[in-house]
Amino acid sequence: MTMSCGLPILDHDNDEREYEISDYEGARARWCPGCGDHSILASVQKLLTNEQLVPEQTVFVSGIGCSSRFPHYLKTYGFHGIHGRALPVATGIRLHRPDLTVFVVMGDGDCTSIGAGHWIHALRYNLDIVVMLLDNGIYGLTKNQTSPTTPQGFPTNTQPHGSLLPPLNPLQVALGVTNASFVAQTAEWAPAHLYATLRAAYRHHGLSFVRILQRCPIYASAVYQKAVSDPARIALLVHDDGVVVPDLNKIYTTQLLHDPHDIDAARRLADDADHTNLGVFFLDPSRPCYEETRRVQPRTVNERLALIDAELDRYAV
Amino acid sequence: MPTMTSMKSVGTAAPAAPKELSLHEHTLEIVSDAGEGAQKCGQVFGAVSAKMGNGVWTVEIIPAEIQPPARVPEGASGFRIRIGDGPITNWGDATNLVVAFNEQVLLARHRVDALANDAVLLVEDRWATHDDPEIRTAWEHGMDELSGKDYRIIPVPMEELCLTLVDDPKKGKNMFVLGMLACIYARDVSRIQEQIAQTFRKKSVEVYERNVALMQLGWDWADEHIDFRIHVPVQVIDRELVVMNGNEALGLGAIASGMELCAMYPITPATSVSHYLSEVFEKFGGMVHQAEDEIAAVGVAIGASYAGKVAFTITSGPGLALKTEFLGLAVMTETPLVLVNVQRGGPSTGLPTKVEQSDLLAALFASPGDAPHVVMAPATIEECFHVMITARRIAEAFRTVVMVLSDTNLATGVTPFPRPKPDARWQAEPLDLSPVPEGQKPYAWDPETGLSRRVIPGRPGGMFTLTGLSHDEGSKVAYSSGIHQKSSAMRSRKLAVLSSLLEPPTPYGEEKGDLLIVGWGSTKGAIEEAVDRARADGMKVSALHLRFLSPLEPGLKTIFKRFKKVITVEINYSDEIGDPHITEENRRRGQLAMLLRAATLVDVDCWTRVPGEPLRPGAILGAIRGRMPRRGAQ
Repeated sequence: MTMSCGLPILDHDNDEREYEISDYEGARARWCPGCGDHSILASVQKLLTNEQLVPEQTVFVSGIGCSSRFPHYLKTYGFHGIHGRALPVATGIRLHRPDLTVFVVMGDGDCTSIGAGHWIHALRYNLDIVVMLLDNGIYGLTKNQTSPTTPQGFPTNTQPHGSLLPPLNPLQVALGVTNASFVAQTAEWAPAHLYATLRAAYRHHGLSFVRILQRCPIYASAVYQKAVSDPARIALLVHDDGVVVPDLNKIYTTQLLHDPHDIDAARRLADDADHTNLGVFFLDPSRPCYEETRRVQPRTVNERLALIDAELDRYAV
Repeated sequence: MPTMTSMKSVGTAAPAAPKELSLHEHTLEIVSDAGEGAQKCGQVFGAVSAKMGNGVWTVEIIPAEIQPPARVPEGASGFRIRIGDGPITNWGDATNLVVAFNEQVLLARHRVDALANDAVLLVEDRWATHDDPEIRTAWEHGMDELSGKDYRIIPVPMEELCLTLVDDPKKGKNMFVLGMLACIYARDVSRIQEQIAQTFRKKSVEVYERNVALMQLGWDWADEHIDFRIHVPVQVIDRELVVMNGNEALGLGAIASGMELCAMYPITPATSVSHYLSEVFEKFGGMVHQAEDEIAAVGVAIGASYAGKVAFTITSGPGLALKTEFLGLAVMTETPLVLVNVQRGGPSTGLPTKVEQSDLLAALFASPGDAPHVVMAPATIEECFHVMITARRIAEAFRTVVMVLSDTNLATGVTPFPRPKPDARWQAEPLDLSPVPEGQKPYAWDPETGLSRRVIPGRPGGMFTLTGLSHDEGSKVAYSSGIHQKSSAMRSRKLAVLSSLLEPPTPYGEEKGDLLIVGWGSTKGAIEEAVDRARADGMKVSALHLRFLSPLEPGLKTIFKRFKKVITVEINYSDEIGDPHITEENRRRGQLAMLLRAATLVDVDCWTRVPGEPLRPGAILGAIRGRMPRRGAQ
């Protein structure tokens, strides 16, 4: 058994056991009622089940924030670390243990503000991991402060007269990074699209960056209100290599055929002022994955000891 | 120019038989502009001296800029070698003999007080008669400045003679100088030729032969013109030795420990560890990951450790500052980690290429919140190798962070030490991916010791979410204060358990006396040499050197009580009583002194300096004389 990038998986379960959704359920989610994170958790659990991911060979890494509680609500291995630093941790896990499947869950503060440096470089390393940005456009856990993706003019506790700056566009940033290999956007209120996008991300060979538009019902319910209430504001990017969800044809009538191999078109669509575009903007599975570039031949203890002795010869007086 | 005439006469008057000086030790330097090969010359001299059986300590003299302009004092680049008839443990005091490729780099050494008052200075003489009047003037001013000391200046026609063999004397003077020094110090010519062959092994035979000829030219000139010879007796080498600097020793020690991942971000003076590892680590199944920043570097190491074998990160002061939040996470989640800090001068960017021991308290208390972890400091280059093996084992067994504090003195110093014998016990165990027994929790703390066995991803039945939030045995987020009290105790208790496994340190000298000098890190050699000299003068002084700073080694108070006075000697800043506004109450003390006072309630004094160079044994001896209680005060 090998992963998409050709690395062997340690196969503990020879009994062909079938995992059910309950095998992936951890603690009861403590997010606020109406929080978009519940929907994302459900989609992820569905993905884990449908892809039959082995729970002990799966690791969810998060930072700090509402969305970063994610790993606690799953029954896989989880690493709930520090604010903004999920990606370096995930990098270490994946570099050292390429047999593990790694998912990263970050909020907009985590990913696009305090951890922005890691975000850019992780896209460049292009490890074979799934990176989810749960973007609600607000700091929720610390109670209502402006984030880089807060819409301009939107009032918060730190910018009560309205967010001062135009928001950062995470898609444009991701599409601007050399060696980025998968950039997609979806929304938690379109679960079928969310699921299909996560599945495409999981199946992609390389770092799959998925921005998930996610509502915070407590502090920022207005952020995506227009897109939620008026499906005409949403355009689905469709392509056989990207995401196609026929069930959504009736709700989302604006559909654009977009070849996700076309980076220039992807950048134009990421900047679309008229629509919120959902779908795979860009993908290129041929881009090199860092853990493969760095793969080294493992050594036994005895081989190492002999090599250490040989190394000491170089320094012998 | 009168001085020149007299100097010429010194240089050209060939004595019938040179005077032989037999000495226990001697320190020499070769200084040049960057790129003139002084370091290569010094390395060959040092290696040959070690092979012949001298004790050797070498250190590079490195300019701050990569390519400084020619003939400026700031551009001084070179190599300092101290040789002795027994082991040499430190860089010593002042330099006794210097070979300088121009007077400006020589002035640089003079101005930092590197040279003994009666040092012999062998100087390239072409600048005295240079076509450029500015250079001639600079030479004259330089000679005037040097005339204030009792230096013996010997002009050497290096370039003039080298031009008889090569077109570009820049590529040859260093071998001429090597030959000159080989003659003065009676170095074994066949070993020098071997070493030249080794140095130029990638070049043609022609290159080798030309360099040997240049070396011979220097030898012949010295044989004819130098009226003294230095004899430092050698000892028979009765065991296998290796010779390397402290950063190479750290790198090789990391490999020997079985660690497989070094995550780092470039920072002086730690970076050369990763240079070394980048060259060889993959051969051993390991890798160096150059991260996007210092924070990411420690994060990658923690991620790797969490998922498998203990990983390490390596940095220097400013990098440590950036890593502290992650350090707290590793302590809180009991994720093993080795963090090496090759200290430099601080605060802030400070003195990037200079030695200092100012990070002790930052290392001990790096993380906000109570984050008990281990801090160790190798005292010698040999210990730089072994400390990595110990650090990895402690990090794994105690599920904690082990910080290793080296410094620039160890990083750049080179000295031979007994060749380590590779041992399978050094290496990390293979990953345990067996199923986790039913009911085993990820923090099943033994209430006596605080120890627990960690569970890594891939183990069936062990799934849990590790968190930096306060948590219980099951890694469940804990909201009650009782759990935080208990888990804090468990993390703290591990240090007490480790301390109970350590032996009380043994004083160097006698177990009791008038004065005890306590040190840590790279100052050991210089402190013990100063103690030897003081004891030879009849002073009742001993030294105590600490390798563990957290937890402290046991029995310190008992040892301290056997001395009338205890002082620390450290390379960090402390106020001096007598300075304006400084009182016993507001005085800021050396960092180890502060720690020892808190831990033992003994009135530990300190003598600390931040000279931007290793402490000289002579300076420590002066401090001993100054701090001797009662009759010792002179």
